[in-house]
Amino acid sequence: MTLQDNIEKIVTHPHLSPKQKSNYLALEAENSLPYVAVSERLNNAMKQGIICDMFEGHAPFKPRYVLPDYAKYLQQGSEYLELSPAEDFDDALNALTILYFHVPSVTNIPVYLGQLDTLLMPFTQGLDAEAIYRKLKRFWILLDRTLPDAFMHVNIGPTDNIICRTILRIDAELQQIAPNLTFMYDPAVTPDDLLFQATSNICQCGKPHIANYPLHADAFDARGFGIVSCYNALPLAGGANTLVRVNLKEVALNANSIDDFFAQTLPYYSQLAFELIEARSAFLHQQSHFFDSFLVKEQLIDESRFAPMFGIYGMAEAVNILQALLPNAAEITTTNVASKPNTGYGHNPDANELGLRVSAALDNIVKSTLVTYGYNGRALLHSQSGISLDKNVTPGVRIPYGSEPDPISHIQALAKHHQYYTAGISDILTIDETVKANPQAMFQLCKGALSSGFREFSANVANNDLVRVTGYMVKRSDIETFKQCGSRTNTTGLAAEAAINTGIFQRQARVIAHEQAPFIHE
Amino acid sequence: MSKHAVVSQILPFSCVDGPGSRLVIFLQGCNYQCKNCHNPHTISLCDACGDCIDSCPEQALSLIHSQALPLPQMRSQEMSLHGDPIPVNHSPCSSPCSSPSKPHIVWDSTKCSQCDTCLAVCPRQSTPKTSHYTVEQMLEVIYGQRHFINGITLSGGEASLQLPFIIELFSAIKSSEHLSHLSCMLDTNGSLSSTGWHKLLPFLDGAMVDLKAWQQDTHHYITGRDNQPVFTSIELLTQHNKLYEVRLLHIPGITDYEHDVDALVGYLSNLPTETRVKLNAFHHHGVKGIGSTWPQCTQADIARLANQLTQRGVTNIVLPSLYI
Repeated sequence: MTLQDNIEKIVTHPHLSPKQKSNYLALEAENSLPYVAVSERLNNAMKQGIICDMFEGHAPFKPRYVLPDYAKYLQQGSEYLELSPAEDFDDALNALTILYFHVPSVTNIPVYLGQLDTLLMPFTQGLDAEAIYRKLKRFWILLDRTLPDAFMHVNIGPTDNIICRTILRIDAELQQIAPNLTFMYDPAVTPDDLLFQATSNICQCGKPHIANYPLHADAFDARGFGIVSCYNALPLAGGANTLVRVNLKEVALNANSIDDFFAQTLPYYSQLAFELIEARSAFLHQQSHFFDSFLVKEQLIDESRFAPMFGIYGMAEAVNILQALLPNAAEITTTNVASKPNTGYGHNPDANELGLRVSAALDNIVKSTLVTYGYNGRALLHSQSGISLDKNVTPGVRIPYGSEPDPISHIQALAKHHQYYTAGISDILTIDETVKANPQAMFQLCKGALSSGFREFSANVANNDLVRVTGYMVKRSDIETFKQCGSRTNTTGLAAEAAINTGIFQRQARVIAHEQAPFIHE
Repeated sequence: MSKHAVVSQILPFSCVDGPGSRLVIFLQGCNYQCKNCHNPHTISLCDACGDCIDSCPEQALSLIHSQALPLPQMRSQEMSLHGDPIPVNHSPCSSPCSSPSKPHIVWDSTKCSQCDTCLAVCPRQSTPKTSHYTVEQMLEVIYGQRHFINGITLSGGEASLQLPFIIELFSAIKSSEHLSHLSCMLDTNGSLSSTGWHKLLPFLDGAMVDLKAWQQDTHHYITGRDNQPVFTSIELLTQHNKLYEVRLLHIPGITDYEHDVDALVGYLSNLPTETRVKLNAFHHHGVKGIGSTWPQCTQADIARLANQLTQRGVTNIVLPSLYI
């Protein structure tokens, strides 16, 4: 298809807003330039889908993720934006709103809105709880309606304060998709009842995500860090210049034994990923003039705090493929894994152990490889959570959807991976809806996960196929089959559920994001 | 030798079996014969007739006559020494430890695909898929889950039929440095004698009791047993402040909660205000025989019953968290 055809398809697209069209047009224009120079073998690996640049564009002129030092900005104002330092709560919210429109990212919408409670607490003098609630609620609605992107992330916690509590209250009340929310938990600082409020919110609206504050804080320096977009942990006043990901499933398919995978295939493709990281970040840092921005001049960001993210996905498939290469693997073929839910990655201890070996090897590669533009000269390892065009390959190190064990076994199977993924890892736990009436259970599960070494606790309360009703597990699909053949009395409930689902779909259309849908595809 | 239990299932994480997150241990065997039982295969103990063996498409079942006992899976033990998760769905010992010379069915959980054909063909409506746990083995399972749960719940079948195991298990939990924070709950049909309750009470944090019908006749018709022991149990637990929940499984037109609502409310209103009155909705999943012809309970049926109870002053009513 020619460039003009693509452009025509975008401008005449029936479901994209003008703004979304502009974004896709810009991407088409960028991609009409030649790709940054790469070797033939890297080019081949990209064509084969082994190495992926996340469709960030041919000529990166802005970093993937930017985490400005909003506290410094509020304190000093901005010469470029002609703003004096914020003096009260309204000033602060207004100043933040202004800066959000000047913070680029791969989505063209800021992915990081700041550690809002720490930012706003200095401006609460003289305001009562009700006034704070009203102002923050308006602000929350504004964010959702003007920057409608679920990757736009607010951070709160780990301390107990009125802003943190009020944001949790508003977020549960409004049930908006945006902004996304991460609550930092530190067992030494966060009171149990505050964590309880946060985990109760998860039962109601699937947010916030609970970050293991001490684990993240140890991985970064004193200037701090933030959680942005899809659970990426990155240096504050910096960010990610690029994200390159390696498809471990494809890497495993190119290995002829487990030893070959560790000795040859994985190091080979990792080095290609680093070649791509170097090529992309060189363009951004040397040619794009991004770092001439006022954000740098006013010290809201620092070029030396940007790191490339070394992403991986398809761990589950890679492990099952490698296990099948074992001499005694007759029992563990991939078809076997498909037909028996209790074998393979996430279930079988040997498979889990092999997965862990892969993560440790990746950690070693990433920590021992110098990059030109990195955080302390290094890239940061990231368990990448997938994009819409990934088919038959599981995000990050997750257990394939639909074959997850119970939530506790799930956490225990993956907990040891979390130590390696400095730039973030998201394992979404699906919890059946009986938890809604028992938020204490969510609270305890979260505490257990974090104490087992989870960097990030994310739960999705959903209609699992397996549900526990009144003293037993039942398969929802069995019930549905029965309902179709039998009584029709419960259809009202189903119709209502369908209506809700449709509503959700309509809602999603408004928040199409580059993160999930990097280009228009049928 | 430590007491052992016949276990039909262990559920590592449940939100509906007491306060907070709970590990639920379902013990095999029940003294009721409820027509509405949702898990009829948990009623009878396996008599090792062997009828299920050939029907298993995965060859996961076999009949053993010898004295040799399968060893507990070493992996579980090795892993637990390193603080790793214990695969709780795997049995440490799937043979009747107490009488090894008798024939018994061995179930290989690693081969099983959970198709439940064995349950369908069992002439006793039992299951070969049970496991035997000693108290120590069960404590190991609980130890591996301790950071994730608020407590454990013994359920069934009718758990109290294996009372000596429960007492030893609960008592060991209460005296363990690492486990004593876990609450110990019992989910019961209320048939346990006062003598039995008094042995258990020192280690019990609370009980959930099914009141399957108000009238003696109705109760007898549904369960095959009288409900006098149930009332006695409820009163005894009330006296000792251990009645966490009374459960009413509503079957429209079969149970008499609506017909006798005034008498029922008179009784429920005298329970401690902390005691939850949990309404459960009958449905057909798993139900065999005449029970499968009874009407299912809809959300509207539950709402009507809840309304009648509330209007007459019952507080602390808990509705099902979902309907199927």
